[in-house]
Amino acid sequence: MKRALTTTAVVTGTVAGTAAGTAAVRRFRAGAQAGAGALRWQVVTVLRPAGEVVVDGVPPQPLAALGDDVEVRLQPAPGDRGTELAARMRRTATPPGSGEDPREVLRTALRESKQLLEAGEVLRRDPQPQGERRSTPAGALLDAVVRRSQGWGVR
Amino acid sequence: MWHGVDDLRVETVDDPQVLNDHDVIVEVGLSTSCGSDLHLLGGYIPFMRSGDVIGHEFMGRVVEVGRAVTKHAVGDRVVVTSFISCGKCWYCRQELYSLCDNTNVNPGITEATWGQSPGGCFGYSQAVGGYAGCHAQYVRVPHADVGAFPVPEGVSDLAALFVSDSVSTGWMGADLGGVRPGDVVAVWGAGAVGQMAARAAVLLGAERVVVVDRLPERLAQVRDHVGAEVLDFTATDVIGELREMSGGRGPDVCIEAVGMEAAAHGVQGAYDMVKQQLRLQTERGAPVRDAVLSCRKGGSVFVLGVFAAVMDKFPLGALMNKGLTFRGAQMHGQRYAAMLLDRIAAGEIGTEHLATHVMPLERAPEGYRIFKEKEDGCVRAVFDPAR
Repeated sequence: MKRALTTTAVVTGTVAGTAAGTAAVRRFRAGAQAGAGALRWQVVTVLRPAGEVVVDGVPPQPLAALGDDVEVRLQPAPGDRGTELAARMRRTATPPGSGEDPREVLRTALRESKQLLEAGEVLRRDPQPQGERRSTPAGALLDAVVRRSQGWGVR
Repeated sequence: MWHGVDDLRVETVDDPQVLNDHDVIVEVGLSTSCGSDLHLLGGYIPFMRSGDVIGHEFMGRVVEVGRAVTKHAVGDRVVVTSFISCGKCWYCRQELYSLCDNTNVNPGITEATWGQSPGGCFGYSQAVGGYAGCHAQYVRVPHADVGAFPVPEGVSDLAALFVSDSVSTGWMGADLGGVRPGDVVAVWGAGAVGQMAARAAVLLGAERVVVVDRLPERLAQVRDHVGAEVLDFTATDVIGELREMSGGRGPDVCIEAVGMEAAAHGVQGAYDMVKQQLRLQTERGAPVRDAVLSCRKGGSVFVLGVFAAVMDKFPLGALMNKGLTFRGAQMHGQRYAAMLLDRIAAGEIGTEHLATHVMPLERAPEGYRIFKEKEDGCVRAVFDPAR
């Protein structure tokens, strides 16, 4: 994914002929590359009042760590369910590194923010006891599914 | 340890560690097989990875405690609920613990298949978090203040074991199914969960409780230990019998405690088997159909058995036109465990008879084979790592 992004940006940048143009295209592609998903608001409902979700204008640490790439919005959840915490990538966001999908980065940050606010910790699972992971096509497929599933979370 | 369809092995693995401040490590005293594990063994839940440690129903002693744990200390004898819950999210606050928002670390799988993700569970596939299971000497228990319960003096390890899942699940079916004094209640499945659902219905004041199965030894346990009536579905027309036993109305509450590999006879059974084997449907759910068709107008059907995805020939017309309430859930054991332990201590609920085969952990693959084939009257194969 990162390779595809970079290649597109460089080629287009060459056509544009300016570094500024390259950067602009890169930023645009960062948002557009994930299609509607990256630019759509991702939302979790946190069982906490709004004043505990964003404190002094600062969102929870996992979202704050994404800096200006992310836009954050709050609104009260109906029925005493707490606060709806929404976030989306800005169109000007820089492409994430290491081939990451910006939607997964965002969802992971939201999910971890919710866990920190509600449960006080981000639950870990590994390392844990396990036997030999045999190398099979089905196993490789499941490993890929699991890796991807960890980036997504409650809505 | 799961290594493939019908391929279980006992191997040496690393010990678990405290990873979060709310964790404890439990030295397993006893763990038990569960009918829902058979879906994993059969490959019907395609999210098992070779090397996954299975098992979700257990008790034992606390041997290590995380910094934020307040309710448990080293040496405590505890029974642990099979689903892992944070106790703090909206679902946990509603006592819908198996729906916890914060404990399934692989939420994307079930979000893709079901729309939303339930909580995490010990030893029950990557779909519910991929946590190492309890058929082991040691288990890490996240959020232990929420999911581990002290076993009262006078309650044996064996009696307490089944509070981990079977008793809690059964009680939940009767409770959330809405059993009231004077009701007629029908339960499909005379395994541990079905027996405990029937016992819960008796204790909640049902006038008549009927358990449906085909295995004589299990039906005998229902009569001897649960105090309910029985029907053998291979020997009678269950829907007709239930109608007759309920004054022509049909049972007020119908509880399904079988799951996605239900035995069924006749054309319907063959149809379900063929479609499941061809992967054209994931469920063989004849008892669900019978429950919907049996239930009285305006009654309640509760599904306790584990299902994965889609079922064919579901009688939606009966559900709608009879005005039924249809509900299901994985177990919200944290809601009931302390109360159930007290009831066991008081002699109101008996569970030890469920453990028909107690054996060393090293013999777990054999235990599962006996359990799956229902040989030798096996109701539950229980594993003792210390033997």
